Amino acid sequence: MKPAAFNYAKPTSVGEALGLLAKHDGDAKVLAGGQSLIPTLNMRLSTPSLLIDINGIGDLSGISVMGGEVRIGALTRHVEIENSSKIAKHVPLLALAMPSIAHPAIRNRGTIGGSIAMADPAAELPACLCALDSEIEITGPAGVRGVAAKDFFKSLYETDAGENEILTAIKIPKIAKGYRSAFDELARRHGDYAMCGVVAHGKCDGDIISDFRLVFFAVGGTPVIATDAMDAMEGMAVNDESIIAAQKALDNDLETFSDLHCSATLRMHYAKVLTKRVLTSLVKP
Amino acid sequence: MSNKIEQVQLDVDVNGEKISRMIEPRLSLVDFLRNELELTGSHVGCEHGVCGACTVLVDGVIVRGCLMLAIQTNGAEVMTIEGQSDSGAITDLQEAFHERNALQCGFCTPGMLLTSTELLQKKSDPSREEIREYLSGNYCRCTGYEAIVDAVEAVAAVRRDV
Ligand SMILES: Cc1cc2nc3c(=O)[nH]c(=O)nc-3n(C[C@H](O)[C@H](O)[C@H](O)COP(=O)(O)OP(=O)(O)OC[C@H]3O[C@@H](n4cnc5c(N)ncnc54)[C@H](O)[C@@H]3O)c2cc1C
Ligand code: FES
Ligand code: FES
Repeated sequence: MKPAAFNYAKPTSVGEALGLLAKHDGDAKVLAGGQSLIPTLNMRLSTPSLLIDINGIGDLSGISVMGGEVRIGALTRHVEIENSSKIAKHVPLLALAMPSIAHPAIRNRGTIGGSIAMADPAAELPACLCALDSEIEITGPAGVRGVAAKDFFKSLYETDAGENEILTAIKIPKIAKGYRSAFDELARRHGDYAMCGVVAHGKCDGDIISDFRLVFFAVGGTPVIATDAMDAMEGMAVNDESIIAAQKALDNDLETFSDLHCSATLRMHYAKVLTKRVLTSLVKP
Repeated sequence: MSNKIEQVQLDVDVNGEKISRMIEPRLSLVDFLRNELELTGSHVGCEHGVCGACTVLVDGVIVRGCLMLAIQTNGAEVMTIEGQSDSGAITDLQEAFHERNALQCGFCTPGMLLTSTELLQKKSDPSREEIREYLSGNYCRCTGYEAIVDAVEAVAAVRRDV
């Protein structure tokens, strides 16, 4: 299982990388952590003629807090986010999700930008970003633009980013006072892609939840925002009755599918079990 | 599609030795180590990141040798199981694996040793759960993991005492 031959370039600026992408129009691939791209090259699912290694572009990496938001450079590695005190304080949902993303050796290389650009339907980060009203910053030949996370993920592995554009940063609002986040997933082996996973975020006043977000991953082609379940919980106290109502609403929100790992029915069951877990954890004193 | 492939110059430090070679860009780090440098302690299992047999250290952190191109280590320091073993830094861990039958065929062992070494650097007192979690990306088809967790736990305890 070896990749087809390709050429290799290591630009030192975003401008230079964009120039190479434009020149090879559609025949070049950006190499970030390589933890998803190299397997696809090894399996020859993709045979670009040029790899553009962006690991030499210093400004693409790092976590900074500016005003009400946290900016994470696209090349920031999973391990840096996992260990960041700024993330733990201002975006606790990411801190909760990180340990479930792959395994330590993969988190040492994999990047947030790569994970978002790849848009694997079972990835945790896209769901987190949708729940947190985040913005994806994309740089292309025409300049810099921002896209709301919920509009970025179009369909299976399809995003709003064009072939000749580069993701440069992710911007996430700091968690507001009184808000809490919860995360849970079920995978065959810790760190592998989940069979079903969910993130929850909202304002908690005792056990009453408002401005509630519930976003699933690994249940469809993109992150799935469970709007009916969100409506069912809005302004409600978390108790057996409201949890059952939210679980029922998922029959409308989710169209689960069967694959090698579990059937559609089991996936729906998991979604309901996980919903109960995150709701309970959200309001846990 | 005709695509003229240019070889690239790699200058890398492997186990403390400076190496310079012209290589093909598509050459993976683990294939470079095994086939060009004959360092066959890093193993090749799945070639897509799942098994952990190819684990090596690049600039001090564990990575998948099958998911990094050799050229990406240009200017970096690579340490393989051979280097770690010769340095004496993991002799206690190797002995604990041996004593507890934490290896049978040995295919997974280099990856297990390097991954548990990184865990013990980060945490001197990991729980069994944490050991399992840190090693979750390394498959072992022989031991059933229990003896591996025992070995890592035992070394952590001894290292804390000295
Ligand atoms: C065994 C295994 C288990 C894993 N389990 C999980 C898991 O449970 N959850 C999870 O979320 N992920 C998982 N991953 C994937 C891992 O998180 C990857 O690191 C991530 O999906 C891709 O990030 P990367 O930086 O490695 O990107 P790369 O592999 O370098 O790139 C991925 C794709 O994105 C494009 N790209 C990368 N960066 C940019 C950019 N800045 N701008 C534009 N395009 C870009 C590339 O061209 C490529 O098409 C797993 C991987 C492995 C090997
Ligand atoms: S050979 Fe690299 S992870 Fe299996
Ligand atoms: S000892 Fe054989 S695979 Fe682990």
